[in-house]
Amino acid sequence: MSKPVIATTSLAGCFGCHMSILDIDERILQLIELVEFNKSPVDDIKTFTKPVDIGIIEGGCCNSENVEVLRSFRKNCKILISLGECAIMGGLPALRNGIPIQECLHEAYLNGPTVQLNTEKILPNDDELPMLLDKVYPCHEIVKIDYFLPGCPPRADLIWDALVALITGDPMKLPYETIKFD
Amino acid sequence: MANLIKFKIDGVECMAEAGTYIVEAARQNGIFIPTLCNMAGLIPKGACRVCTVRINGRFMTSCTTPVTDGMEIESNSPEILDLRKSIVELLFVSGNHFCPACEKSGNCELQALGYLFQMMVPRFPYEFPKKEVDASSPKIIKDQNRCILCKRCIKSIKDEQGRSFFAFRNRGNHLEVVLDKEMGMKMTDELAEKAMRNCPVGSILVKEKGFAMPIGSRKFDKKPIGSEVQV
Repeated sequence: MSKPVIATTSLAGCFGCHMSILDIDERILQLIELVEFNKSPVDDIKTFTKPVDIGIIEGGCCNSENVEVLRSFRKNCKILISLGECAIMGGLPALRNGIPIQECLHEAYLNGPTVQLNTEKILPNDDELPMLLDKVYPCHEIVKIDYFLPGCPPRADLIWDALVALITGDPMKLPYETIKFD
Repeated sequence: MANLIKFKIDGVECMAEAGTYIVEAARQNGIFIPTLCNMAGLIPKGACRVCTVRINGRFMTSCTTPVTDGMEIESNSPEILDLRKSIVELLFVSGNHFCPACEKSGNCELQALGYLFQMMVPRFPYEFPKKEVDASSPKIIKDQNRCILCKRCIKSIKDEQGRSFFAFRNRGNHLEVVLDKEMGMKMTDELAEKAMRNCPVGSILVKEKGFAMPIGSRKFDKKPIGSEVQV
């Protein structure tokens, strides 16, 4: 049997969850034995090259590019995992959710106390830039998500246990110390 | 212990003094029923419904219902545990509870209930309501994003004349607990500390005092809420 294939991505996140994946320490050698990585910042593969078994999503959706990547993950992955608070509930980027998008842009580029060089009063408008969404969306409000691993970041043991459970099919132990929201 | 009566929680024989509220009677018998708005020393209100149990087929709040002789209480059945979990989830989606950025994280009772019920994701959509933060008092910050309207501060934080520092404002969906502007100016350090301690979430914070305890040594880092009760 061929190895299960894993893909990962960071949407509106800080890469802290990916750091926590690396926090499994020497078990990463075991992981390489157990699975194969496809599209992921871990191996720098940019596009899907084959069907993927487990897709791991860090971060919520704050712009059109996030939505596109998330949808491509749903299309190419059998199982999708929301990893961390940002994927689950928007996280810190979602602090802007109560504030109208125009107000956010004006604060960032026109009126904020640190704005100095924008003399022409330009808001970023290049066609290449993804469109900001009206608010930051949790991933499961955009596509179907199969599993959720909370934490900021999720504890390395929680990520490891979840991957082992998914790969072996054994039920997952959920020790109290591994489920945290911070 | 003048008037001891017998009752059952999930089939387990228990004893307590007649008239004791179920939450307290269960505690005396080593059984934990989770609560949020309830607090020792205050008249119970039954606001948060997290302590819901089933008696005679009806859902009751165990913080406001006294035990009676022969009462049979259903507390830890899958249906009731899921009901309590759904209440905690509703509280999470109806406010702005950003645990990673909250000073109370690790010491928060709402978060601890999330851990207890293994809430991986709320089943309800997030509301992300727009809420205000009142930092006008020299002593405390009142953050409406995190307030769960439990009324603990209103009932427990008072001056020598018995006047409350906090009060309800507005109605229905707009209901909020606010700090009286004038009273907030005269708040003592002791009362500010007490208000922060009594708040089950991070809605009342003493100024310049966040993140005092390191991760790992906070109240609910290693032990679940209620573990001091459960035998």
